Amino acid sequence: MEVLAQGIGAIFTDPDADKARAFFRKKSRALKPKVMSVKEAVEKYVHDGDYLCIGGFGANRIPTAVCHEILRQGRKNMGFAGHTSTHDFQILCAGEVFDKLDVAYIVGLEARGLSPNARRYMESGKVKVSEWTNYSLSVRFKAAAAGVSFYPSRNIMGTDTFQYSGAKIIQCPFTGIKYAAMPAIWPDVAAIHVHEADIYGNCRIRGITVSDLDVARAAKHLIITCERLIQNDEIRRDPSYTSIPYWCVDAVCEVPYGSYPGNMYGEYFSDEEHLREWLKVEENPEEFKKFLDKNIYSCKDHFEYIEKNGGMHKLLRLREKEFMFSKARD
Amino acid sequence: MADYNTMELMICTAARELEDGASVGVGTGAPCAAAMLAQKAHSPNLVILFEAGGAAPLIPEMPISVGDSRTTWKAVMASGMCEIMESACRGMLDYTFLGGAQIDMYGNLNSTRIGADHQKPKVRFPGSGGANDFASFCWRMMVMTPQDPKRFAEKCSYITTPGWLQGGDSRAKSGLPLGAGPYKIITNMAVMDFEPESKRMRIIAINPGYSEKDVQDNCGFELLKAKKIVENKPPTKHELSILRDQIDPYRYVIGR
Repeated sequence: MEVLAQGIGAIFTDPDADKARAFFRKKSRALKPKVMSVKEAVEKYVHDGDYLCIGGFGANRIPTAVCHEILRQGRKNMGFAGHTSTHDFQILCAGEVFDKLDVAYIVGLEARGLSPNARRYMESGKVKVSEWTNYSLSVRFKAAAAGVSFYPSRNIMGTDTFQYSGAKIIQCPFTGIKYAAMPAIWPDVAAIHVHEADIYGNCRIRGITVSDLDVARAAKHLIITCERLIQNDEIRRDPSYTSIPYWCVDAVCEVPYGSYPGNMYGEYFSDEEHLREWLKVEENPEEFKKFLDKNIYSCKDHFEYIEKNGGMHKLLRLREKEFMFSKARD
Repeated sequence: MADYNTMELMICTAARELEDGASVGVGTGAPCAAAMLAQKAHSPNLVILFEAGGAAPLIPEMPISVGDSRTTWKAVMASGMCEIMESACRGMLDYTFLGGAQIDMYGNLNSTRIGADHQKPKVRFPGSGGANDFASFCWRMMVMTPQDPKRFAEKCSYITTPGWLQGGDSRAKSGLPLGAGPYKIITNMAVMDFEPESKRMRIIAINPGYSEKDVQDNCGFELLKAKKIVENKPPTKHELSILRDQIDPYRYVIGR
């Protein structure tokens, strides 16, 4: 097929569909319990140099416990999909975990402002960057989930976003119109936080799914953290609620309040006070180091982090906000 | 002294563009306030869509994130990013509101970087997010932004999001969907559209208290002028009371 134009951005993962098939041919289909701690899951499935994807939407339904554990275990030189990545991005930048980055949305925390530390890291020259958009990364995962090497889309053409991407412009064999061909991403590992899962990894998600259903299928290894474990009988009672099947999943970690300080649909709202503290303390690198020691490096797990930031009393207030008993910004 | 501020005027001006039964893709902040105002004031059947998957919510208060739970409050569907962007790409989204650090005379937007070295930029911004996608697909892209000569730049350091690209028929030739593009630019001083042939930005209305000279002095490139430039209508009492009492009682957006 003739390539009409192509961006100069790097493609950090191999878009070869047959190589991906060869991997998935060997991936276990066994119905076996996969329950383990977040620490074990990260030890087992997240390695230096891997390409990582984090589910959710920045500070909504994110696997915070996995992000913190990646810092505690000191992972480096990873590739990362900065796909609507906000608080998760802030955490990973704090550990300088990745040095190859596909950008859709980074550095900012939406209406809350920009992360000073993430900006410092991105302006340091330490990170190799390729530019995309939210939808572009969504379709790159969609292609991978479907087992094809690219997906045609009608965005980015004519802009610098295309120039600095790894996309190629091709012509439709039926109509002759132009498409941006977006190469598939099969991440080495992804982590997704869900509402409910059984011990085998069958998952239920409430609220928006963002790109997680495709990410779950595209990822070679998948770590699930869940608000609560449920019985396999409950999954089988009504399979229409299952949105990720167990054969995609490698690890299941029960982490109630696992998206904290992020929002979890139908469970608890984001901790805006704590997120403001993150942004504020990042202005001073020395203070930020102490803050990270307190909140991440010295914590045994996610629950110790929550304890240090208000514990159950704080969580109950965030539940009130989620259910509109109080306002989000109160 | 007028009994409203420029942010309130911009939001009311933007809200009037959203007719009943239309669909709009919005982000947080002022665009969301405009969509909420339109829904409460004159467009009860306005379909509000958020890129993360929130579809047609009855937004109870201003969301903080385009993916937070307020974006699916009493919505018809909690979907995903492909659902929203595919709807836009097949032509179902009428409007979107965007912004950026820079905008040029063709309505191209920069929200990626300042400085020439892409791998080591002087200032790094968030990047496209869903902006390039919405601007590529939605029929009419609008921008709400304060006006100053740095922001309204002769040339963007980087084009994140397509406007009319290099003007003329350049957008049509680019491969982006035909017939979609920048529609109106709403600032604290004026409302601009785009001259149909050259696709250059053109003043069509001036806000009360400003002159054509003010608008040009606060723009880094030469603006075209419509044959008839009207004075933009100030917010009505009805609009202001909805905006102040129901939408933004804590003045998170209108207090800026």
